[in-house]
Amino acid sequence: MATEKTTIFSPELAARFDKLVTLYPVRRSALVPMLLYAQDEVGYISTAVIAEVAERIGIRENDVQSVLSYYSMLRTKPAGKYNVQVCTNISCMVCDGYKILEHCKKRLGIGHKEVTSDGLFSLEEVECIGACCWAPAIQINYDFYDELTPEKMDQILDDYKAGRGKETV
Amino acid sequence: MADVTFTVDGKKLTAPAGTLLIDACKAAGIEVPAFCYYPGLSLQAACRMCVVRLEKVPKLQTACTTTVAEGMVVYTETDEIKQARKATIELLLGNHPLDCPVCDAGGECELQDMTFKYGAGESKYVEIKQHREEQQWSPVVYFDRPRCILCYRCVRVCGEGMDVWALGVENRGVSSVIAPNGGDHLNCEECGMCIDICPVGALTSGTYRYKTRPWEMNHVGTVCTHCGDGCKTTLGVRAVNDGVEIIRGDNRDKSGINGDFLCIKGRYAFDFANNQERLTKPLVRQADGKLASVNWEHAIDFAAQRLKEVRGSRGGKAIGVIGSNRTTNEENYLLQKFARTVLGTNNIDHHRTADYAAFTAALQGRADREASLRDFASAPAILLLGNDPTEQHPALAWQIRTNVRLNRARLYVANHAEIKLRRQAKAAVTIPQIGYASFVEYLSGNDGVFAGNANTSAFRDSVRKEESLLIVFGSEFRGRDIASLVQFGLSLPNVKFACLGDYANSRGAADMGVLPDLLPGYVPVSAPAHFAEEYGSALPTEPGFDMVEMFDAATRGDLSALYVVGSNPVARYGMDASALKNTFLIVQDMFLTETAVLADVIFPSANLYEKAGTATNTYGDLQLVKKAADKAGVRTDFELIVRLAEKMGTHPKNLVPFGKGVRADFGQSRGVQSGEADRHAVWLAANDLEPKLSPFDPFAIFDEIQRLVPAYNVPRLNLLAGNDEHLKSELVQIDTNATRRDLVLPSQDGLYTSGTLGNYSAKLKEVVASHTTMNATETAAD
Ligand code: SF4
Ligand code: SF4
Ligand code: SF4
Ligand code: FES
Ligand code: FES
Repeated sequence: MATEKTTIFSPELAARFDKLVTLYPVRRSALVPMLLYAQDEVGYISTAVIAEVAERIGIRENDVQSVLSYYSMLRTKPAGKYNVQVCTNISCMVCDGYKILEHCKKRLGIGHKEVTSDGLFSLEEVECIGACCWAPAIQINYDFYDELTPEKMDQILDDYKAGRGKETV
Repeated sequence: MADVTFTVDGKKLTAPAGTLLIDACKAAGIEVPAFCYYPGLSLQAACRMCVVRLEKVPKLQTACTTTVAEGMVVYTETDEIKQARKATIELLLGNHPLDCPVCDAGGECELQDMTFKYGAGESKYVEIKQHREEQQWSPVVYFDRPRCILCYRCVRVCGEGMDVWALGVENRGVSSVIAPNGGDHLNCEECGMCIDICPVGALTSGTYRYKTRPWEMNHVGTVCTHCGDGCKTTLGVRAVNDGVEIIRGDNRDKSGINGDFLCIKGRYAFDFANNQERLTKPLVRQADGKLASVNWEHAIDFAAQRLKEVRGSRGGKAIGVIGSNRTTNEENYLLQKFARTVLGTNNIDHHRTADYAAFTAALQGRADREASLRDFASAPAILLLGNDPTEQHPALAWQIRTNVRLNRARLYVANHAEIKLRRQAKAAVTIPQIGYASFVEYLSGNDGVFAGNANTSAFRDSVRKEESLLIVFGSEFRGRDIASLVQFGLSLPNVKFACLGDYANSRGAADMGVLPDLLPGYVPVSAPAHFAEEYGSALPTEPGFDMVEMFDAATRGDLSALYVVGSNPVARYGMDASALKNTFLIVQDMFLTETAVLADVIFPSANLYEKAGTATNTYGDLQLVKKAADKAGVRTDFELIVRLAEKMGTHPKNLVPFGKGVRADFGQSRGVQSGEADRHAVWLAANDLEPKLSPFDPFAIFDEIQRLVPAYNVPRLNLLAGNDEHLKSELVQIDTNATRRDLVLPSQDGLYTSGTLGNYSAKLKEVVASHTTMNATETAAD
């Protein structure tokens, strides 16, 4: 539709959404990708995101809420600037992934799904991230780090803290 | 689709290809258990109770999603299957509170039944159960989370069935929960369908929860007393100190024209009967101007003597009668007979909410032109002109939604407002509120009267291309406009019509001649035909005063007495209370209404749930009204009319043909076996031969109605069995040329109001109040 919409998203993302909803036989198929993109841009799925996504697709907000709450990778609270996702699924668990998780908890002083007080880091225990061959592995935002030891982990966190980390969203 | 043949448990079965295995089995009398499958709703396949073994398929399959195929070989109840179902139940019971002894669903619970059948008595699950407190989501909906088995029926019935989408599922796996759209409360239409459809006791009802055990109620199938749709409802009742009270309303057995549907009013708004303000003693105004309770004998005698005086001194012309939209056909019939033969007046009317006389005249003599409420669930196309069924005719809206969803029926909506059913419409046009008549002309091809556009012309083209169409219209159409609409409809092939009026028996009031110019069956008073002979007295042949004229006459001092039965014209019809200053007023009602406070005599009366008879919904579906409840102190309108007549010196036999015509058969002709007795009774009932030994037996009047009003002469057996029978409207002989004054005043009721009755329903008021406060807080938060 050519009508001017007020949107909480950037013009690029709004344009992407305009297209996305037309790509599938039913509009609601665009729901999950839209939530993911929105999360990347906004940082989390706020109530404003829910409202606009629902409106764009033409479903109700509680419908969005149902889908949103199903997926653990969609979050409804802001994460830290760097979201540290530690895998503890089978391969990583066998290769001491829990040690890495515990180490991160201690280093950052936060637990699962928590954010440091300066907002720089958040921590999350996640299921397999597809890097089993190089377990134990973690992911910070969209970047992978593998074959980890507590020492390597310290180095990575130090780098991020000092602004030397990778700056993908 | 073509039939296929397959084998279930060794039986050869045939069903159309595409039929779900679970349905095919059911049709053949093989029950496959199911929690999540619900006919008419989308498939969920969530519960795995329906698993069956298909030959040559490696794993057990769900019968609720498998369609039958040629040569398929199915086993539904082997040891392997029993074990699988038992395991499913064991998992369901893992965190189930097993509080059956206090659960509302206890005794009616599908989980109990399945556990009983497959047995999972001992649990291997040793963890502590996760308990959650019961939550209140609205005045009528409560949720007990641990009892939920996640069948999603509630989610689907609310979304697909009601088009409200207020319920959803949040989280995943073992953490999944049913969640209301308002976070911790519901913003919804409060229909209670979700509660009704819940197979366990997870969703419970605000009016029923923790009140009784299902087996301690009696269940009576009757008709809803609220809107004109006339839903069949099964009332759960129990004895209390002052009679019998209703504690539950549902239609779980799907037995009526409405299937399992009931709206909030049918399901919850029976509580008016127990309102504190209910009158239970007759009241008579004393010399000091105050109302005081007196005994029945005195009250009836007093009223009768005054009526007699007026009749003697000023004649029937000085007496008026106002009938009700919620009394039975028999009462309406009796009231007009009483007015015409005992009071000697045609001054009789009721609050009209639809112009049934004009509708009947327009359809004059045409068979099969009137749509039943049932037809809306299967018609290929529907044209809705005016009205807002979601608010005013919830059952009709349900039928239409169901039809659009399951059969892809094409709905055309023309309305001045943005009514909700537009969401189901194939095409919708907005027309001016005063533009309905010209829009119909436009539909007939006359472009001059209505400023059309591309949208309206496409709408017109599609409507006119329909080969079978139901046209349903609201009170926007009256008189001549109805005639033109019907004329337009008849120019298309296979059209049926429905005229929407507002109350439970508005149609019956018109059909039974509660009108100043028409006798029962729309026979004109000026040419009373067989009625003259039947009624055996000189019938007044001048049309009487209508409602407005009665009040005018009262103002002039020309109406000395007015008898109002189950109506509140002062509040509902905007009549001027001061007009009745010098009129002797008798009011028969449940409450001290705005009209009743003016009365000289008040008779506390029974409501539709407290009496027997028949009622006709706005579509002309005739149904049996059965007595479910009882209240000490009140009397039915039927009895009161007879008693009043008797005190005025008319022998009840002149009014009610009881004990005549047939000789009562007390079973002398009955055989010796006990089964014989029942057959005998059925036969008597079917042939209208049951003995009517009481002047208060409504069926004695129903006999007379069937005899004198041909449209009502429908087969009785089906009716007595609790089913609807459509009127034979083609048999109505009405003068098609007469012009009548337009006195239609719609009730303006929505989902949560119901005329005067609604004012006395605490539940409806509570719901309205909760919506108002919730909306207020939500707006404030925005
Ligand atoms: S009461 Fe009716 S509208 Fe409300 S949630 Fe239940 S099914 Fe939906
Ligand atoms: S609340 Fe009842 S109907 Fe809804 S999912 Fe749970 S068990 Fe099924
Ligand atoms: S739709 Fe009308 S008749 Fe049916 S339950 Fe509601 S108020 Fe009663
Ligand atoms: S198990 Fe950790 S990456 Fe696959
Ligand atoms: S009834 Fe088939 S899976 Fe629930």
